[in-house]
Amino acid sequence: MSVKTLTIDNQLISAREGETVLETARNANIGIPTLCHLEGLSTVGACRLCLVEVEGVSKLLPACVTVVQEGMMIQTHTERLQHYRRMIVELLLAEGNHVCAVCVSNGNCELQDLAVEMGIDHVDLTYQFPDRKVDISHARFGIDHNRCVLCTRCIRVCDEVEGAHTWDMAGRGHTAHVISDLNQPWGEASSCTSCGKCVNACPTGALFHRGSTVGEMQHEREQLSFIMTARQQQQWVR
Amino acid sequence: MINPVTRIEGHAKISIYLDDRGEVSDARFHVTEFRGFEKFCEGRPFWEMPGLTARICGICPISHLLASAKTGDRLLAVQIPPAAEKLRRLMNLGQIIQSHALSFFHLSSPDLLLGWESNPIQRNVFGVMAAEPELARGGIQLRQFGQEVIKQLGGCKIHPAWAVPGGVRGSLSLAGREQIRQHLPKAKKTILETLTLFKQLLEDFQEEAHIFGNFSSLFMGLVSTDGTWEHYDGCLRMVDSGGNVIADRLDSSDYRDFIGEAVQPDSYLKSPYYKPLGYPDQTQHCRLENGLYRVGPLARLNVCDRIGTPLAETELQRFRQYGMSNSSFFYHYARLIEILTCIERIEIALDDPDLQSERLRASADVNQLEAVGVGEAPRGTLFHHYKIDETGLLTYVNLIIATGQNNLAMNRTVAQIARHYIHGSEIPEPMLNRVEAGIRAFDPCLSCSTHAAGKMPLQIQLLDADGQLLDECYR
Repeated sequence: MSVKTLTIDNQLISAREGETVLETARNANIGIPTLCHLEGLSTVGACRLCLVEVEGVSKLLPACVTVVQEGMMIQTHTERLQHYRRMIVELLLAEGNHVCAVCVSNGNCELQDLAVEMGIDHVDLTYQFPDRKVDISHARFGIDHNRCVLCTRCIRVCDEVEGAHTWDMAGRGHTAHVISDLNQPWGEASSCTSCGKCVNACPTGALFHRGSTVGEMQHEREQLSFIMTARQQQQWVR
Repeated sequence: MINPVTRIEGHAKISIYLDDRGEVSDARFHVTEFRGFEKFCEGRPFWEMPGLTARICGICPISHLLASAKTGDRLLAVQIPPAAEKLRRLMNLGQIIQSHALSFFHLSSPDLLLGWESNPIQRNVFGVMAAEPELARGGIQLRQFGQEVIKQLGGCKIHPAWAVPGGVRGSLSLAGREQIRQHLPKAKKTILETLTLFKQLLEDFQEEAHIFGNFSSLFMGLVSTDGTWEHYDGCLRMVDSGGNVIADRLDSSDYRDFIGEAVQPDSYLKSPYYKPLGYPDQTQHCRLENGLYRVGPLARLNVCDRIGTPLAETELQRFRQYGMSNSSFFYHYARLIEILTCIERIEIALDDPDLQSERLRASADVNQLEAVGVGEAPRGTLFHHYKIDETGLLTYVNLIIATGQNNLAMNRTVAQIARHYIHGSEIPEPMLNRVEAGIRAFDPCLSCSTHAAGKMPLQIQLLDADGQLLDECYR
């Protein structure tokens, strides 16, 4: 396997061929924020939070799907990037109905963590207050579309890891939303195996354990990592 | 019109109407804020309701938290573990102490200690600090003590999402128990000294005691099965102004059979009344034949047979000897007695090893589609009524808040004070603060009762028989 040498934030770094900029940066302890990315799942580059500047390229590139190349000069935390990232999080907050104080995932939410990290104490954009539904027809879980950021982690984990493909996307633009089976209530979705991987993969409080109260949701990412490592590397280790 | 009304929790104004002779014919207390919690909670899972409704108020979030959790218990159709009930009771006692301390020391003591005619600039808790530093410090620490109880149980002083349908999320640690225990002697000393001081002050406030909402009415509150003062569970009892029990062992689930909610066109605050005796119309003065009732500390002391702790029992007997149990001015006295019994009850409760139990939460799913949960908030009886669909999403929410239940009585109090002080087309200065103080005796929480947000205001308008504005005061 050949090695690529590149510079990230003025730091000379070696990477394996075929690695993404995100993997390389994280291996070098350089943090790049993400929301739709989840280790072990396919990448979709949907959230655009991991955009980086690459010298010689006029466009900003998403680190999660950009493969490293020899001699790349990358900046991950310029003022422009931070401005865009903050705007993306503000757009997500304004587009849904995110009320941390009474959310089941308060204190355990990647969107909330990002907002804190970026110092978002208010949102300048006009809140849309969309009329979205809550579905708690499933015996063990619930989905609150008000808190969904359309990262599609649930769709990918259900399809790629569990192999059930219960979840999918319907609608376009601001009407886009996640559906179970043929747009049926989750409790009636016959393909669902009730494994709970989608709940563990969700970055916010959109998917939750039925009966959860404020701040009570725990995303058991370790369980997901265990399953993914076992599948991909044939190693059953925790 | 008094607008804004200050040193109350919320936003209000007062209109005073004169007759052709220039005498006060009526007065109206309007609450001018609206939030609509009942509507926007629809569609949410009922498990979220304790956390959601606690956000109605920053002063008595625990009352909503507990009433909502109790409603949730009933939707699950479970009996919660004994330890969970004991812990919930402990938190409610802390809540009553901190809220009553806020009402008495921070909001009302400036009137009582500095005088009605004192300079409004000094007539606040800072003025009390300057004039009576020991009392002010004691009062602030008393509130801190109540909040400490809440914090040790729920992890934070305001809005802990600790009580949940089926029980509670955590027990009281041994360290937390000792933390609470070490504050008890000081808290007890403060309240006993304040009670002594208040009884001395009563001598000077005979006039106020007789005109601050001193009228016959019904009183409603929870009592235990043996008639003892109650704050968390039990049955509702209704007594008349003579102390006669006119309805007992009322099941809160049937509240619609005996409580009506009248809507007035000039206020966002509803006017609940006792249905069997009917809504008191404008022309009627309060007589026993109408359904005006009061809730809160005064009502709780009037409905109970005994208070259940030794020091508070002695005080209750003294309180009853005054024969002034119809005077809303005695809400202050009742509040102090309740603080005392709460401290005594906490002292007893802390010895119970169940408070460290790990069996705290009954697990179940939806087993009932409709339930009512009732508790005693610091300001009076609080009802939460939910209907849900088969999956547990709310389809209907009705909240009946203590302050709303005192709305008719507050209107009558304002009219009584206005009649006493206003004769002609001007609002005399001494009257202004007394009208506010009359309302303040009820410790209304308008943000709760209209589920409304806002700052604290007072505006009084004086209107003649034709509705023409004669005088107006703002603060």
